[in-house]
Amino acid sequence: MSDHLAHYGEGYVEAYLAEVAAAEAATEAAAHAPAATHQETGIHVALAPEQLGSLWGIPITNTLITSWIVIILLVALGILIGRRAKLLPSRIQTLFEWMIEFVYDYVAETLESRKLARLFFPLLVTLFLFIFTANMLEFTPGIGSIGFYHGDEFRPLLRSVNTDLNVTLALTIIVFIVIEMTGMIILGLRKYLHKFFPNPFRSPIGSVVGIIELFSELARLVSFSFRLFGNILAGEVLIIVALYFAPYGGAIPLMLFEVFVGFIQAAIFAILTLFFIKIAITDAH
Amino acid sequence: MDVESAKIIGMALAVGLGMIGPGIGVGIVASKALEAIGRNPEAQGKITPLMFVGIAFSEALAIFALVIGFILKYT
Repeated sequence: MSDHLAHYGEGYVEAYLAEVAAAEAATEAAAHAPAATHQETGIHVALAPEQLGSLWGIPITNTLITSWIVIILLVALGILIGRRAKLLPSRIQTLFEWMIEFVYDYVAETLESRKLARLFFPLLVTLFLFIFTANMLEFTPGIGSIGFYHGDEFRPLLRSVNTDLNVTLALTIIVFIVIEMTGMIILGLRKYLHKFFPNPFRSPIGSVVGIIELFSELARLVSFSFRLFGNILAGEVLIIVALYFAPYGGAIPLMLFEVFVGFIQAAIFAILTLFFIKIAITDAH
Repeated sequence: MDVESAKIIGMALAVGLGMIGPGIGVGIVASKALEAIGRNPEAQGKITPLMFVGIAFSEALAIFALVIGFILKYT
């Protein structure tokens, strides 16, 4: 810079500085221009759902609205199919009956008891249907793109339900409580706690293993919720990135893959719940 | 190195290194499942769902790495 200045000579230093200042002002104006016109430059990923308002101090987020839409859809479908049920089934009714029978038989086979299957079948299928419907709604046009500006920040009105860690954590806590309570009620409290805290004088290794098992039990809270959250969020980010690099048609194969992932994750959530219930009601050896 | 570039390098490292193990794991699960189906084609209906459960378990680890990457970059 010094020889650059020498080039200008003694009297021109002020002119040079003015030139630099003008150039800086121009870059700054260019940097601020996109924000002023609400144009997104680059990929924007929001980890947390956007808050739309609050009702009696409870924050209303866009995932909450979408999850209510999912619930209304499922209730409407249930009423529609349930009201038309006849003794002599129509074709559609046969299809639904076949699907329910298949799942019911699988649950009964795994739990080795039709009574327990009758007890847990509604919970498992509800979990599956809720997560599956929520994952399928992810691709509906308008979700994530219709919204409004709050200052400079864009807030979509609807957002895929499982991209909110609160939702998946809530589902996981429900599942966790169900598993633990089932173990305690069916095995009895003493036997169930004996799984994790065996007599340390009779089996010292067993007590260490029990503590490890207790931690793996608690780690389910993390693994269940982050598996679902991460899979769906990763799928959404993948689609955003694909749309950024290859607009219009580029994301279609990925969307097909995400439909598959959404189904698999919903099924995995329900099946793992079933397996852990089975483990919880199995007596320790 | 300023914090911003350290974040980006950290994200890339976390995701890239975190994907190695689950990638190998998913490969082993799928290859063993295919081997089992090849030996006993009638058991395909029982093996396939269990294979997907195994894949989901090992894939979850990759997803954890990805979530860590997102948290590093976007918070």
